[in-house]
Amino acid sequence: MSDVVEKTLTALPSLLSLDSQPGSAKLSSTSKLGNLIRGITELTSKHEEEKLIQCELSSIKEQVSSPNTTMMKELMVRTIYCEMLGYEASFSYIHAIKLAQQGSVLEKRVGYLAVSLFLNESHELLLLLVNTVLKDLQSTNLIEVCMALTVVSQMFPKDMIPAILPLVEEKLNHPKEIIRRKAVLALYKFYLIAPNQVQHIHNKFRKALCDKDPGVMTASLHIYLQMIQENPEGYKDLTASFVTILKQVVGGKLPMDFNYHSVPAPWLQIQLLRILSLLGKNDQSTSEIMHEVLDESLRRAEMNHNITYAILYECVKCVYTIHPKSELLEKAAKCIGNFVLSPKINLKYLGLKALTYVVQQDPKLALQHQMTIIECLDHPDLIIKRETLELLFRITNAQNVTVIVEKMLEFLRISKDDHTTIDLVGKVAELAEKYPSNHYTYAPDNEWFIETMNTVFSVGGDMMQPDIPNSFLKLLSEGFDSVEEDRKLRLFAVNSYISLLRGEPGKLPQRFLQVISWVLGEYSHLRADLEPALVLRLLAKLLDMKNCSSETKSWVLTAMTKLCEGGSGVSVAQQVSETYGSSLDTVLRQRAQELQHLSQDSELRARVLPRGAGLDRSLTYCHNLVQVDSSLSFLDGFVSEALAAGAAPYKPPHQRQEELAGTKALSLEPYGLSLPISMSSCITDRQSPTLLSMSSGLSATLKLDGVKRVWGREGYLSQKEPVEEPAQVEVPSPLRSPSQQGEADSFHSQTPSLTPTPESDQEKQQLASSLFVGLGSQSSVCLMGKSEPTTQRFRRKAKGHSTASSTSEQVSNSVISPPSTVDNLLCNNLLDSNITSELAVSSPQLTSRLSQGLAATNGTCDTDTELPESDRKESKPAVIRDSYVVAADPAPHEDPDRPKDLALSSHLPAELSELSHSEITHLCTNQNLELSVCHVQKEDSLLLIVFISNSSDSAVQQILVCLFSGVLFGEEAFTCWCDVVGIVSLLISRVCCRPLTVSTEEYGTMWLAFSHDTKQNLTLISDGQEPLTATLNVLKRRLQLHVVEIIGMEGIVACRLLQDQPCLMHCRVHAGTLAVWLRSPIPDLPDCLIYHCQRALQGH
Amino acid sequence: MMRFLLLFSRQGKLRLQKWFTPIPEREKKKIIREMTTMVLARQPRSCNFLHWKDLKIIYKRYASLYFCLAIENHENELLALEVIHRYVELLDKYFGNVCELDIIFNFEKAYFILDEFLLGGEIQETSKQIVNRCIESSDMLQERW
Repeated sequence: MSDVVEKTLTALPSLLSLDSQPGSAKLSSTSKLGNLIRGITELTSKHEEEKLIQCELSSIKEQVSSPNTTMMKELMVRTIYCEMLGYEASFSYIHAIKLAQQGSVLEKRVGYLAVSLFLNESHELLLLLVNTVLKDLQSTNLIEVCMALTVVSQMFPKDMIPAILPLVEEKLNHPKEIIRRKAVLALYKFYLIAPNQVQHIHNKFRKALCDKDPGVMTASLHIYLQMIQENPEGYKDLTASFVTILKQVVGGKLPMDFNYHSVPAPWLQIQLLRILSLLGKNDQSTSEIMHEVLDESLRRAEMNHNITYAILYECVKCVYTIHPKSELLEKAAKCIGNFVLSPKINLKYLGLKALTYVVQQDPKLALQHQMTIIECLDHPDLIIKRETLELLFRITNAQNVTVIVEKMLEFLRISKDDHTTIDLVGKVAELAEKYPSNHYTYAPDNEWFIETMNTVFSVGGDMMQPDIPNSFLKLLSEGFDSVEEDRKLRLFAVNSYISLLRGEPGKLPQRFLQVISWVLGEYSHLRADLEPALVLRLLAKLLDMKNCSSETKSWVLTAMTKLCEGGSGVSVAQQVSETYGSSLDTVLRQRAQELQHLSQDSELRARVLPRGAGLDRSLTYCHNLVQVDSSLSFLDGFVSEALAAGAAPYKPPHQRQEELAGTKALSLEPYGLSLPISMSSCITDRQSPTLLSMSSGLSATLKLDGVKRVWGREGYLSQKEPVEEPAQVEVPSPLRSPSQQGEADSFHSQTPSLTPTPESDQEKQQLASSLFVGLGSQSSVCLMGKSEPTTQRFRRKAKGHSTASSTSEQVSNSVISPPSTVDNLLCNNLLDSNITSELAVSSPQLTSRLSQGLAATNGTCDTDTELPESDRKESKPAVIRDSYVVAADPAPHEDPDRPKDLALSSHLPAELSELSHSEITHLCTNQNLELSVCHVQKEDSLLLIVFISNSSDSAVQQILVCLFSGVLFGEEAFTCWCDVVGIVSLLISRVCCRPLTVSTEEYGTMWLAFSHDTKQNLTLISDGQEPLTATLNVLKRRLQLHVVEIIGMEGIVACRLLQDQPCLMHCRVHAGTLAVWLRSPIPDLPDCLIYHCQRALQGH
Repeated sequence: MMRFLLLFSRQGKLRLQKWFTPIPEREKKKIIREMTTMVLARQPRSCNFLHWKDLKIIYKRYASLYFCLAIENHENELLALEVIHRYVELLDKYFGNVCELDIIFNFEKAYFILDEFLLGGEIQETSKQIVNRCIESSDMLQERW
């Protein structure tokens, strides 16, 4: 009873107030919510508040669960309030859904509100709302439909969209505009979360765009903006419509309702301007349609209110995005000027932003406003400062870089925000690396560079992007144009780091310590007066620091390994390695072991970590010598032993998976109808595991099509340049210096004119001249075709060959992960590096290739031959089935013009000259060496003959030839090798197969005996003949297969690789394709062959 | 697109929160804390725009109440400022000379108005009249029921 009275009493005031003031709800002083709020404000401590709310929540909980509560709405509002204060009330979620479902309209509204505030898209309870929404969408009550559409646009489970989509779609034709508008927004939301599901209603969006109600039309623009962003080409036809709409809006044709501070529909205008700039980007004809209306917008928008500034800003952006028109650009530039000069700080901010946006096209604008920019740089508001730096970053060139970087570092020191720090540190590093020395003054700027980077490392700390230290080390190790400069730079770095370590290294971030230890390990020997033992002790001190991470420790240990020589050095090293030799961290333990062993064996150390090479020659060579053997060839002995002992051969994960899938999907049909694998998909399928497991090993130039395997039965197959692995190719960011902009050439002839300022501004003037130097006059110079002086120094070194780039990648790799280098070096026998380097003098390109081949040397399936002076050696590795003869002929090739084939074939060994050999294919040449290849088919082997001729005058002392190849056809490795050298790949495969002549009966017995098989559908060829015969003939011709018999729609084919390596093929015409089934005793042969069949047919 | 809208008092008490993208509760609390400290620390008459992570924060103070709107980086800051202002106008029109207390005690009404004005992070209706008519018609309906 008292409950009822209380309820009436609480409801009364609100009802009264509603009556007296319709549409407004004055606070109900006696409501429970009111009491709660007042209660909370009177509290003094957080603890009390917590107690009160908990008490409140438990009372609410009790009441909501009683079956006949009549105050659900009020309770729900109180719960929302508690949640807003940060107290969880998850018990009420289900009641909110119930309220939305069962309540009166009044309660429903609160229920929906509570749901939208409590839950989010992925909440499981939301599923319970779907039915309610469905019901309300079908309601005749507009308010209910509105509520349902509102909640749908705010949050709806993605999977349930199809359930309500038809109903929402239907609402697009609703007579009430508010319903249509909400439906459009709901569809926009659907488009964002599940674009595929609304694809079929794109034409209805067009209808919404043409809706007579401006609200609906505005709502549809959200969808269009999104769709045009994704595909501007598809909506060019709408440009004229958008322009017309904008014209009408600007002309004030919309109802007054839509005015905002007497500006017609600003939100609509801005939306349209955005769409237009997307449509007009890089499209002259489309841009021309909009020039007029843009002009009109710029003219109409008077500078009087924020909202017009917002429109103007959008206009300016649009004018600078679309195809330029000089009149418009001029007006836009004037606008920007007004922004920048405005005393209002928000406008200044926007002006700076606009300047940043356009300054690349129009550096003159920055010059015009240089004094304002300088003022902004000293603005007390950090936001303005930050935005100014952004602008300066865009106009950096070689002349002003020092000043700009200094300003940025200044800001970094005061900024507290992590996000800003990370961003700015990246920008400083980018600039420093871009202009490491000043090409104009030729001042010794090493100091500046190193010190800037020091600040970057210490300020950026461990938050910064990891590629910053990486590229810094890369830059340092690759060096620049002059050897002497490089030495100075490195020496300076060493000096600077030594003094840092002597100071308080504990304060330095981990990343910086890592950089320091690498540099000291590599270059501290440059300083003659520096005892390695001293450096070692400094480094050892780092290890003892408490905050030194184990990653840093391993860098430090690696650096120590490079330095440990001489008496006292060794003792320090021994001491350290003892401490860490028993570390729980396995990496550290390994480093310690290395340190221990290498410090004792100086000869080994010199071979593993060759330092001298880095001294006088560019480091690239040094790193060429240091090759990583990621083929793990050193394990071959172990593997073959294990295999001999009966261990199962290694299968790569993808193969295991395939097999697993194969057993799962057991098809009873001999040829899977359900597997209509197209040629292309099949090929990609085949490539994918390789590409994956090679972990981006191949550079972009290397397009290998072919059955490429990383792992074979015998283990890792040799790959081309496995060291190339991480994608460290640092593409310089496309930051263009303003001088590179060709757009506004008319401006460049103008020289910047500084406005005279009072003497107090002298300082600012100076700053301005240092900041804006090179913006005006210099650009014109560049436009006239002078070489760009701001190229990155380290880029200049590139030799313009794929070899050069790949070696630099290697360098970066070994720079970045010294541990791995050491790892492999310890185990890898560096073949005679002297040879390589000697050769390198005469033919750098080829040598680097050869030396890389050296790295890939793989004991299982390759042949390496060392040839002293026209001596030939054949070697047949035991493991492989195929064997190769590698022949090299260092005989001087005197006349380059005479027919090479003839000349070279005369060098064929006597025992081979009788056999027919293939055409001698020329592989590559440089000024000293020529490479050619041909093959000879012997009964039991395929001989690959490589001719190397010396075309120079000087005698070649030694040549190291290294051939690496795959197992079966020898194609893959060979192709890849040739490819790298830039030669069209050889189709060795064609000559690898030989026909196998067997009778049908023999075929039958063999078929049953063979275990490895593959099935595949191939395309049929029909050129007039019967398709099966035609296809088989092509295969026979191309792959030298033997067609045993053709019976009706079936055919059997046989071939072999060598003796005892047969492969049988069974073909059947089925549903327009050729279903083939291959069997062989050799595991990979069917796969290989099928691939070549595909290629053969494709090429046909 | 707008990401979230927060209303808080000068003391940093949250008065209204609207999240336009799904964000976990814990994250929400963190954001609210960061926003209040960041915005309240601003000097008067400084720029109304702030950088925060990859978003821009647009804030404006009306009497004792701060309105704080987070937008994506490419959006127009001035326009966002006017979004806040339009919302205040709508509240003002509905409550008649709106003050913080109106919003505290009738926060659900403030939410209803917001839902008619913004939807899913985009402007739904810019006409003041239409929004108000919409709210009023819902209010009237609930009386008749």
